[in-house]
Parts: sequence; C-alpha cells; structure tokens
Amino acid sequence: MPEKPIQGEKRYFMTGNEVVAYAALAAGADIMYGYPITPQNEIMHYWTRLAPRYGRDFLQTEDELSAGFTTVGGVMAGKKSFTATAGPGNTLMQEPVSMAEAMRLPMVVVIMQRGGPSTATVIYSQQEVTMTTIGGNGEGFRIVYSTANHQELFDYTIKAFNVAWKYRFPTFILGDGYQAKMRESLTMYDPEEKGIQPAPAERYVGKPGIPGVDRPPGHYRNTYNVEEEIYEVVENVAREFNAIAPGLAEYDSLAADRSDLVVVSHGVVSRAVKEAVVELREAGLKVGYFRPITLRPLPEKELRDVANKAKALLMVESAKGQMARLVKDAIYGCSADMLTLYKPGMGITAEEVAARVRSVL
Amino acid sequence: MAKAVRIVLAGEGGQGVQSVAEIIAEAANEEGREALYIPNFGVEQRGGVSVAYLQIGDAPVGSPKFLTADIVIALSDRAVYRTRKYVGSETVFVYDAGIKGVEGAIPDNAKRVLAIPALQVANEELNPRVFNVIIMGAVVKATAVVSADRAKDAIEKKLGYKFEKNPDLRNLNFRALDRGAELVVGLV
Amino acid sequence: MSMQLAMPKSWRIDTKPHKFCPGCGHGLVLKALGQAVDELGIQEKTVYGCDIGCSLLSWDFFNCDSIQTHHGRTTPVITGVKRADPELIGIAYMGDGGGYAIGSQHLVNAAARNEKITVILVNNTQYGMTGGQMAPTTMPGQKTETSPYGRDPQKTGHPTQGPEMVAAITGEGAYVARGTVSNPKQLKRYIKKALENQISGNGFSFVEVLATCPTNWRTNAEDTWKFLEKEMSKYFKVGEIKVPRPRQEEGE
Repeated sequence: MPEKPIQGEKRYFMTGNEVVAYAALAAGADIMYGYPITPQNEIMHYWTRLAPRYGRDFLQTEDELSAGFTTVGGVMAGKKSFTATAGPGNTLMQEPVSMAEAMRLPMVVVIMQRGGPSTATVIYSQQEVTMTTIGGNGEGFRIVYSTANHQELFDYTIKAFNVAWKYRFPTFILGDGYQAKMRESLTMYDPEEKGIQPAPAERYVGKPGIPGVDRPPGHYRNTYNVEEEIYEVVENVAREFNAIAPGLAEYDSLAADRSDLVVVSHGVVSRAVKEAVVELREAGLKVGYFRPITLRPLPEKELRDVANKAKALLMVESAKGQMARLVKDAIYGCSADMLTLYKPGMGITAEEVAARVRSVL
Repeated sequence: MAKAVRIVLAGEGGQGVQSVAEIIAEAANEEGREALYIPNFGVEQRGGVSVAYLQIGDAPVGSPKFLTADIVIALSDRAVYRTRKYVGSETVFVYDAGIKGVEGAIPDNAKRVLAIPALQVANEELNPRVFNVIIMGAVVKATAVVSADRAKDAIEKKLGYKFEKNPDLRNLNFRALDRGAELVVGLV
Repeated sequence: MSMQLAMPKSWRIDTKPHKFCPGCGHGLVLKALGQAVDELGIQEKTVYGCDIGCSLLSWDFFNCDSIQTHHGRTTPVITGVKRADPELIGIAYMGDGGGYAIGSQHLVNAAARNEKITVILVNNTQYGMTGGQMAPTTMPGQKTETSPYGRDPQKTGHPTQGPEMVAAITGEGAYVARGTVSNPKQLKRYIKKALENQISGNGFSFVEVLATCPTNWRTNAEDTWKFLEKEMSKYFKVGEIKVPRPRQEEGE
C-alpha cells in the first residue's frame, strides 16, 4: 500500500501549481488528464513526478477537449479524476464540462486564469469568471471556488473533490497565473487526520454483475427527444442546485454591515482590497470589504444584506465586470449604488484601491 | 507593524536573477517571516528581461505585485529601462557599474542611486559564476530582510549537493555573499 | 562599403534580431522559407499563418501578410483564406504540438481534402514555448517535463510519423517531405517544391523539418547537433516521401 503523500502537518514554501499537485494527491485523486498551457503546466510537472510513488496515474492528451472528455471517462469509471487548464484551454474545456453538467458528473477542474480573450497573455487575469461559472451551452450548474492564497489552494482543492463527489456537479478551483507562479508559505496536512473524510467514489460503469441480469445496466445519456423532457430535466437540476446553494456558498467580510462603501472583490485581488480596507478603516473611513469565495453559488443572501445597508458598492476586479455582472444579478432591486474599478488582465494593488476609495468617500 | 520590503531584481536571462530572489525568499521563510516571490513569466521571458518581485515582511503579503519598490537592482542595460517604472521618491536604485549606455536612463527621482562593481568583482576577484551571489549579498545587506547567516544557510540548502563534491565552491559562494555586502556599505 | 545582406528579401529587417533562443532551429527554417519565397517571387501573394508555441514569435518575421492563430488552428485558418481567395499562397507554419496533437484533426482533414495549401511543421520532439513537455514526436526513453522518467512507448505509443501519415491519406497531387535544419540547401529545395506544388494547383503540400531546441533539450552546441543528427534520425527519416507524378489528362 503506497504511503500517504502528506503525513502530519508541516509548513511549506512553494508555488501554487505545486500546491495543487500535492492537494490533489492528498484528496485521493487517482488520475490526472492534462494538456500543456501556461501558466498551469507545473501542475502536470509535479504530478507526473509524484504520481508513480503513490500509485496514481496520468495521461497527457492531444488537447483540452480530450483532457476534459477523458476526465469525464475517468469519473464514470469511478476514479477521482481531474484536469487543469487556462485561457483558450478553458474555452475548449467548456464542451466536456457541459456534458458533465448535463449528466451530473463529479469532474474537478483547476483553472489558472490568464489574459483574455483568445491567447492574449499567459500571465494573469480574472477574465475567466463568466466562462467558468456559466460557460458552455447550459445554465451554469457548477460549483466554483475562487482562491486567494496558497493555503486556500490546498484546502479548497481537497474540498473540491469531496464536494464534487457528494453533490455531483462539476467543481472548479478558479485561481490565476499569479497564484500559480508565486511562492508563499502554507501548511499542508493529511485531511483525514483533521477529520475531513474523503467522499466515496463509485462507478457509473463497470460495476460487478451482468447488466440486465445481475444488475440494471448503466445507461447514461445527455440527449432528449422533445422540449418537455429537457424542461423537466433542467428544472429538476435547478431545484437541487438551489437547495444546496446556501449551504455551499462561502464568503469573507470585514465591517460590510456597517460601512457607507463596501468594496467587493474575489480571488487574489481580495488580498489587496482587504489590506487597503484595513488601512482605511484605521484612518477612520467607513469602508467595508466583502469577498465571495464561491462564485457559484454566490452568497446571495449575504450580498443582498450588504447591498441594502451600504450606500455604494465598489466592484474591483482584473476584468471588465465579469464578477460585477454576477453580483448585479444577485442584488437586483437592492438600494446600493454601483461603482467600478476594472483592470482587465492586470494586477491591482492596495494603493490603487485605497486611492479610489478616498476619491469617493 | 512595518510594511513589507519590496524588492525588484532584473537582468538578462542567465544572470541568475530568479535564483537570487528565490533563495532570499526561502531564507526569509525559514526565518519565520512572510515572503512572497513571483517571477515575470510569459512570452516576454523568452529572450526578454528577467524580472523578480520579492516582498518580505512580518504580516501576510497583499498583492503579489506592486507599483513602487523600496529597492531596485538592475543588472543590464535593458533591465535599467525595464525597471524605471518601479522607482519612487523613497526607492533606492542599484545597478551594476559595468552597464554601458544608460546614463540618460538612470532614474533621477530615486531616493538614492548606487552603482556597484559586482560584475567586475566577479570577473577579476572571484569567478563570473558567482556574480548573482554577489548581488544577493548586496540585496541582503541593503535591505536587512534576512540575516547574512540565514542567507548562507539558504545557499547551503540549495547548492549543498554541489559543495559536497567541491568544498572550494562553498568558500567561493560565501565569499561572494560577503563581498556583495561590502559593496553596499554606506547604503544601510 | 556595400554589404551583401544574407537575409532573404522577404524578411522584415526591423524585426531582427529575432526573438528565438540561441541555437533554435526556427531561424534556419524561416531562412529557407524566406529564400524559397524570394526565388519564387511570391512575397506579394503570400499569407503566412503561425501557430501558438515558439512559432508565434514569427508573427512579424516576414514582409508578408501574416496571421497568428490559435493553437492547432493555423491549418484551418489558412485553408479558409485560400478557399476564399485561391490567388493567394497560403503557408501554415506550426510546431509538432500544434500539428500532430491539438491540430491533428485539421491536418488530417486538410490532407484528405487535398487542400491547396503548404504546411510547414517544425519537429523538435517536445513543446518548446511552454517549457518542454512531451509531444507526439517525443522519442522512447526521452525525458521531458511530463515524461520525467522517459517516454514509455508501452504507455503512450511511439513518435508520430507525420509525413508518412499525410502521404498515406492524401491523394494524387500532394507533395510530402521531411527535411532537417542540418541540411539547409536540401530544406530550401523541399520547401520550394512544396510551394511550387501549391502554385501549380496540384494539391496539399507538407514539409516536416527536424529542428533543434537546446533550451529544453538542455544541451550544449555539440550535443544539440548530435541529438538532431544521431538520435532523431533513428525515428525520423529525411527525404521526399511523396512527389506528384507529372500531370496527365485523365484516361491517357
């Protein structure tokens, strides 16, 4: 029996890509399917080196369509499978993810956002929010965690596997090129030692017994004949998704219930925003901070509370309003004004946020 | 609580900019400090200027990149042009004294500008291969983000396997670190 | 004193020196291509497409109209250009990943339809720009970033034999060859014949070129040439694989 990849608890200093590889190992992932694209390549580099030691497997496919569909296949064979991609690879990934969405498959995908659209830059952005939350030709019944630091990359990658296999929605870790390539410290641990039980995986295909004789055959499809059928299917999924959404939604906030202006951001940008808000509050400004950790499902109730109490919200993101669009949808009818600080494809510093807040308050 | 020290290191591919930044970051982490290091990467890096962004402090670091550095170290002419934008009124700008053709490009808004003969020391006194370690010594002394001892431990950790085969390398590297520190005395 | 420029006339001077790594094979392939374009006098009509990967660095290389496409999609884009305006000369330039992995379906279909375009594919046995991952052309035992213990043909098969595959699925009128940067004169000859094949409207033309990548091979100059000439020649045969017969009337 191969030993556990992480035993006990220890502080490490490594890049985000390396963290993801270790987290997937710790989560019990059996197989990774992937294709090269910057800035997530090192997830594959670390995985291919570590996997044989722990009895895990890997296949580099011919492209992201294949990486996604092979992940779908792996999941159906009852193995905890995952893939990782970015940018134009994420665009391609939408086709297999649509199939996973339709068929309720526990596919786990790690996204390291880079500039868009098209090939743009290999570096960084928050421009894959729309695509990751509601890409493909469906309604976006997916779970999306937007991480802000390496500790979260570790914690939420493990969580993604458990949540995916428990609730059967494609689950994403939405990181970015900065997180992928930067080095900072985190504590890695064995999740079971912390009481985090791995969700059981089970086969869709290949169960023991003759189909139709010993057991029902596994017949899986994503095609229907008439409009009424698909209407029912979508409505049923929506019902299930909306029922679990409040329990899954996560957020972080500081003084969001008692501020004139609340700055809303997600992912790595929220680090700069939090730093700015703390500093501004110390200087006496009535500013707050709200960060959705799940972009799908959004913490709608909490967002509406904030949007009804604050005079204005300042949306800060490295995109042209992709997070803002999701938030606006959730807070429709609420009273707060909407201000924006959009820097598509570029990092945002605490100084920039603070300067903007000062100019408003 | 003091803000993190913000360091920008830039040079040509092969000058060892990223190695230096990584080793300093690891040394700081070993000391229990909060360090965040990110290289520039992407199509620019192939044949372009190599830039390292380093932040070291005692509180978790915010944004991985920053607008203005506390100290900039430029090791080539292209690096001087590339890093000017990170210079503010409180920034110390350090560049290698051997760089030619940048007289007009040296920032005039920096707090302090210092030309250090690191390449000359490497070529004439020590060994061209430890040029980046001299730079590391200079950065560590100028910023005091880690102790010189901790820096040496970090080098040992990274290159110890090479030192085992050739103990003279250890002396060379540590001497380079010390020489680098000597070059910025007066800045501290 | 007047200087004889060694650069092809169709090269764009102000984007030189180019951005490729020292020792990269692309420079030599693009020189052969530039010379062929010069000799055939087709600079004005040439549309040059490049892929994602190191080939993208050639987007402003020539004084020819150029399109940098998505990864693996250079073949269909150039196909689209040529179909819309057959007067143009379409050149699709890509690497082994763009051609044999993500672009393979497009390569196969363009070849099967005998598209009158010229595909030039640079084979350096790995994905260069992204840092040296395994490619369809990686050789057995070869270590790459995603085959760190050496490519195991039992698990991932043998290197793709691209020109041989294209020759098998193209009809009459196609020109297929494999050249190498260690023989630039021959390479230029092959590329010129490939372009002539397009100009005469015969059919699909395809040239794979064995090329060097010392950056990701992590080889010095001597070992780089050795790898190209001694190792790669074990799996990739240089030469013309398919040459169109002289045109005859049907039924003659």
